[in-house]
Amino acid sequence: MSGEFLRFESVSKGFPGVQALNDVTFGVNRGSVHALVGENGAGKSTLLKILSGACRPDSGSLIIGNDAMSFASPIAAIRLGVSVIYQELHLVPELSVAENVFLGHLPNRFGWTKPAEMFDNTAAKLSEVGIQVDPRAKVGTLPLAQRQMVEIAKALSHDARVFAFDEPTSSLSAREVARLFAIIQELKRRDKVILYVSHRMGEVFSLCDSITVLRDGEHVLTTDKLSDHSPRDVVRFMVGREIDDIYGFRERERRGVALQVMELVAPGLSSPASLTVRSGEIVGVFGLVGAGRTELMKGICGASRAKSGTVLVDGSTRQLRSTADAIRAGIALCPEDRKDEGILVLRSVKENENLSARRKHANLGFIINERWERKNAQAQVDRLRVRTPSIDQPVGLLSGGNQQKVVLGRWLSENVRIMLLDEPTRGIDVGAKREIYDVIFDLAESGVGVLLVSSELPEVLGVCDRVLVMREGRIVAQFDRSEATQELLMKAALPAGDSEDEIA
Amino acid sequence: MTPRQLWETTGMLVVFVAFVLVLSASVENFATAINIRTILVSVSVVGMVACTMLFCLAGGDFDLSVGSTVALGGVLAAIVITQTGSVAYAVLIPMAAGALVGLVNGFFIAKVGINALITTLATMQIVRGSAQLASEGSSIGISDEGFVALGQSVWFGLPSPVWIMLACFVIFGLLLNRTIFGRNTLAVGGSPEAARLAGIAVSRTKMIIFTLQGAVAAFAGVILASRVTSGQPTAGLGLELQVISACVLGGVSLTGGIGTITGVIVGVLIMGVLENAMGLLNIPAFWKLVITGTVLLLAVTLDRLKHRAILRRKTS
Repeated sequence: MSGEFLRFESVSKGFPGVQALNDVTFGVNRGSVHALVGENGAGKSTLLKILSGACRPDSGSLIIGNDAMSFASPIAAIRLGVSVIYQELHLVPELSVAENVFLGHLPNRFGWTKPAEMFDNTAAKLSEVGIQVDPRAKVGTLPLAQRQMVEIAKALSHDARVFAFDEPTSSLSAREVARLFAIIQELKRRDKVILYVSHRMGEVFSLCDSITVLRDGEHVLTTDKLSDHSPRDVVRFMVGREIDDIYGFRERERRGVALQVMELVAPGLSSPASLTVRSGEIVGVFGLVGAGRTELMKGICGASRAKSGTVLVDGSTRQLRSTADAIRAGIALCPEDRKDEGILVLRSVKENENLSARRKHANLGFIINERWERKNAQAQVDRLRVRTPSIDQPVGLLSGGNQQKVVLGRWLSENVRIMLLDEPTRGIDVGAKREIYDVIFDLAESGVGVLLVSSELPEVLGVCDRVLVMREGRIVAQFDRSEATQELLMKAALPAGDSEDEIA
Repeated sequence: MTPRQLWETTGMLVVFVAFVLVLSASVENFATAINIRTILVSVSVVGMVACTMLFCLAGGDFDLSVGSTVALGGVLAAIVITQTGSVAYAVLIPMAAGALVGLVNGFFIAKVGINALITTLATMQIVRGSAQLASEGSSIGISDEGFVALGQSVWFGLPSPVWIMLACFVIFGLLLNRTIFGRNTLAVGGSPEAARLAGIAVSRTKMIIFTLQGAVAAFAGVILASRVTSGQPTAGLGLELQVISACVLGGVSLTGGIGTITGVIVGVLIMGVLENAMGLLNIPAFWKLVITGTVLLLAVTLDRLKHRAILRRKTS
């Protein structure tokens, strides 16, 4: 083992409404595999983005070798020997393996490519670390695991010294994982710095030498001796946090079943999903990114075409072929991707509030009732305390929290029985969050059933009466408010392969 | 209203008024009743078609087949009036044919998911070819007085095509601003996914837009045929680009979600006035093209700057 080569020194980075990284300091040695773990939103992705030059820290520095680096762009990072290999690979599917490996610096003479040299060099790079891929194959025809190998070869072609892997095994089979690990071991033997981001404790413990744990943008732990800790310790470090009551939980009466979903088979779900929500109940849906939570919501509200299954609202079966059907049945969705799916950025608050409910108030069924629309928009703005100069302001100019309130207001104008909220407080500052929780409790008190998707454990525990946990496209566990803990939820949400005894 | 909002809503109108004042003072024979009437008649076809092109663009698509549909409308009108002598048939049958063209466009764009450029590029040729086939390649003269009256009457000092264009402005302005269909059009163009999740039938809205577009283009062709007393298979060549230019000059966004009828009116008039003034000044035809293109590019750049503030917020 050689000494420290890569170091994050007091790195901080904030985005509007959230401090993604706060004074994070840790170092990584050459010739070692260093795990980086944390919940969704702990700051891992931001750290990788800083490493790859995709964004700059607000303060602090990144030290590689003995030099403090400030990457102006991803290209600068690659030139200086840093390669980040993301979940979504950045390859050109129409080009050959070799062209991808040398993309941006094809062997050439006065601009004329030298194909023979390119293919030979690629073959050399590939075999160097034991990768078996045909340099002439078109990347688009390769299975995902092999494309990942092409990414690694591409990094080698840039003489990368730092390799960062972002959840590299999330869609690999056991055999492919073994092959990837062999290559990572080979990189380690060659004295490279390897940063390994993963949720899978089993992999982290079998592959990595050292570990850093992040939580809410704060550095929690870095240790060179991973073997001194158990997976259970690490999970506790990931989630162990004080929960202040910023949620304002209110007990309320829960009545009959408002929503019953039976054996729903929808795109993105790996097995049929069943669940119930009572009138007045708030049910959380927790899971890691990619667990199928958004897909479940879209299946329930008719936004994706369910293959089979039954949805009952207040006991009667409803055919939901489109979102319009769902809205008529009383099911509404506040989507996760607020800017692309929730609001019309360039249109006014008034337009956004009335997008759906206006049809019920139109004259002769098709002429806009301008008076009602102004009144309704103003009423929702007042009720939800949307901070906007007027209802004619384009929604794109409001803050994230106020945009979310506008989307909520759209559904308050309808007679909603079931509200599906997909990450309703993502990217929203704490004060506005509390206002959104208040709206959620108000809704539930008025008899609406709420399904709340969230990646934030404290939020799920603080707001929900009951929590469903999703993993790999299915609902795998259910906890009552009284029995749910951060550890239990996290354990249920972590991918299979980390078998029970490893965590427990 | 802040100065900024005032500029956003009336900026192009101010530019237009200033433009007209300058031309009135500097170009001989510009500010005369006859010349103004000439300008209005010359933009009447573009103006009518621009009304529905506004919906197309605001809904996030565009339509290149309108020029061909104008020709088809005129040719069919000439054939029908010669065969039947019925003015009603000579208007309604071409409009039905145009609506069918639009429906086909809408079907391929909204249901099959082929992009608007390819779909309407194909139908542009198919429809042009059909107009040529129907007329056997030559223009068809019209002598029916009742039909000719459609495009050549003069009411209150203005020719009928101008009144029809004004009626289109009013009807489609109301449709855009005062009906659910109009507001849905803007929502669909602004963000199809947000519109869909809000319960708006996105593909149905698009199919209606294209069907309307086809019917109106064919109707404009009928009026044109009446005005020039013949159905010409070569009518409306390049019209689609004039119409789209006029809309864009009027601040309609090519990426959808933004568009006003007042903007379109101003855009249509700017195009007409510019063309007319260049004619009066005897500017050579080649220079006309250079100037029209430059004006278009300038107008779009201005528009881009206008919306940049909001778009920048969106991507941050």
